[in-house]
Amino acid sequence: MALMTAATATAPRVPPWNDPVLRGWAFQVLVVGLFGLLVLFLVQNTLDNLERQKIASGFDFMDKEAGFEIGDTIIEYSAASSYGRAILVGIVNTLRVAVLGIVLATILGALVGIGRLSSNWLLAKICEVYVEAFRNVPLLLWLLLIAKFIRESLPGPRAVADKGLFDAIFLTNRGLYVPVPLDHPAWAWMGLAALVAIGIGWAVRRWARARQDATGQQFPVFLTFAGLIVGLPFVVWLLGGAPVGLSVPKLAGFNFAGGSVLQPEFVALLVGLTLYTSAFVAEIVRSGILAVHRGQTEAAMAIGLSRGQVMRLVLLPQALRVIVPPMTSQYLNITKNSSLAIAIGYPDLVASINVTINQTGQAIEGILIIMVAYLSVSLSISLFMNWYNKRIALVER
Amino acid sequence: MTDIASGAAPATRTSRPPPRGEAGAIGWLRKNLFGGVGDGLTTIVLLALLVWGLWGFVEWAVVNANFSAKSGPECTANSPGGACWAFVRDKYRLIFFGTFPFEQHWRPLFACIALFAMLIASCDRRFWNWRLAVIWLAGSGVALTLMFGGVFGLSFVETSSWGGLPVTLILATYGLAFAFPLGILAALGRRSKLPLIKSLCVGYIELIRGVPLISLLIMASVMLPLFLPSGFTIDKFLRALVAVVLFAGAYIAEIVRGGLQAIPKGQYEAADALGLGYARKTFFIVLPQALQVVIPPLVNTFVGFFKDTSLVLIIGIFDLLNAGEQAIVDRNWSGFANEIHVFLAMVYFVMCFAMSRYSKYLERELNKGVRR
Repeated sequence: MALMTAATATAPRVPPWNDPVLRGWAFQVLVVGLFGLLVLFLVQNTLDNLERQKIASGFDFMDKEAGFEIGDTIIEYSAASSYGRAILVGIVNTLRVAVLGIVLATILGALVGIGRLSSNWLLAKICEVYVEAFRNVPLLLWLLLIAKFIRESLPGPRAVADKGLFDAIFLTNRGLYVPVPLDHPAWAWMGLAALVAIGIGWAVRRWARARQDATGQQFPVFLTFAGLIVGLPFVVWLLGGAPVGLSVPKLAGFNFAGGSVLQPEFVALLVGLTLYTSAFVAEIVRSGILAVHRGQTEAAMAIGLSRGQVMRLVLLPQALRVIVPPMTSQYLNITKNSSLAIAIGYPDLVASINVTINQTGQAIEGILIIMVAYLSVSLSISLFMNWYNKRIALVER
Repeated sequence: MTDIASGAAPATRTSRPPPRGEAGAIGWLRKNLFGGVGDGLTTIVLLALLVWGLWGFVEWAVVNANFSAKSGPECTANSPGGACWAFVRDKYRLIFFGTFPFEQHWRPLFACIALFAMLIASCDRRFWNWRLAVIWLAGSGVALTLMFGGVFGLSFVETSSWGGLPVTLILATYGLAFAFPLGILAALGRRSKLPLIKSLCVGYIELIRGVPLISLLIMASVMLPLFLPSGFTIDKFLRALVAVVLFAGAYIAEIVRGGLQAIPKGQYEAADALGLGYARKTFFIVLPQALQVVIPPLVNTFVGFFKDTSLVLIIGIFDLLNAGEQAIVDRNWSGFANEIHVFLAMVYFVMCFAMSRYSKYLERELNKGVRR
């Protein structure tokens, strides 16, 4: 006890300017103070400038009539709709192209990435050239190239009227014409049936797993699931009177009538995003598979698993751990890169807001909306992928 | 001694040649292209597709192409179904140098050469010391003097007349050069134990990384003028550069953070034990090791930013891509956008491919001591 008091007593008193805690706080107050001053300066300037230019701030403009047309929309919109509606159209369009792009780029990228590892030299080389070609040229250039190519170099509807795929799908300079099923109540019920099938499949999987854990008996879960998801909607389709009506695009005058058309800008943006991102995805998938040690495959084969089981139970779970984190940033990149739509005239969020800013002068509000929208999308994708990453992560003691 | 030598002489055992079809060209073909029925079929299908696709392209780009026409209609008349490279020949100076005064095009040309020389010299590890600063000062001095002019009898050229390759190079090079210290500061701040500093840096990094570059560029072009006191304007080019620096800074910060995390804790503790303060610990112990680790990913980022500078097209700055777009709108040559785009793609590809190869080489070089 006496020793301790002696030690504390003899410890040299630190002068306040050498105390790390005090110094830390002083430094923080200084930096934050300077930052605050900068913000104050900018805000003051902005307020002055807004007052001088007589721009009202606030989000009142959202209810005013937009007065501009949007060519490509899947929700109701006209020039008489409000700015808020126009921005909503933009958000929907951004999400539409981003979600489709993520799905397509993942599939294509995985195929190319596995192709690069093929023992077939030609296939591996073609995949390598593909990857290098797409990731070493700016995405914007790809988009402009594809958009101009569709607009100028593809033939018009009249020229391709007899050259469609199955006489139903036509690629023209006015977009991609595809057939759509005619309206029928059975379609909605089939969707519901598919959802029910997924639910039952999930329950079966749980039950099979519990049984295998308890008794060691296996159950063909995958086949059951496949049968359910195909069979149940099919039964509903039959019950619903088996509607076969398709609205197929047919040449009428100078253009196609019937079916549905994917606008050329949409096609260009989707194709460009998919091709560009798939090159990066391919590299991620390749490095993920390479990261799994060879001995893992050999050991799995040695204990008698089939090739499919080796892939599904041994290789994929380990490769995914390496693949998922960089894949997350690629998904975020697709979402952010979809904003390049503005350069080729696809009405996404940034394009809608840009028109709004030009018409109303509400630059600050507009940019605020862009940032909040992208940040929330980015954060949701991050959260979902982090959750997924945690689920597949290696569980250690 | 002679006994041993003679005893050790190899007995004349001639190894038999490998079975026929296992070695040489045929062996290679069998191993790599026709390993089995499926493999062979794949090869044949791919080969057919490749020949068909390549022939279509070669027919367009070489066989039917026109290299000498004087206008678009002449191209269409003389070589239907072929590329009109005469268009590129007519416009290449506009594409590379934009709207820079035509008779002064040697200035951006030599500025580009100076910048390229500077960048290539920076790739050589022998210059990674004080010489690098000298190289950058000299290269930047020459390039910017040539571009701006106003001294040595060169006429002054405003940034609004700049265009083409020098703009792309300047935006990418200086965007990254200025973003580098910013990124290091943000990374250090994010790892700091001081809560206010940390949250400031996390906020900056996550905000910038969560939004697209376009929104920053639009912000720089429409909002920055609102932020500044009235009567005070900044050049459009500089505004774009500010946006690029802010954007690149956040990404560099995350890369540097990776490097900081890769340093063993013992290094920090050893520095503390030696009694080094924060600044000396950071600059003499931590950063040199952290930066060494992150050089290859930094070069990759540079490739990314080099491509991303093309986005300034959207706010109306004439970089390489936008200069190409300006060439396309010429009425005399309407309908030949593909040629310009393919040409630009090749220009970008050559530069980006060279850089990514350099990054791969560097990764091998720097890991020599670690891996083995």
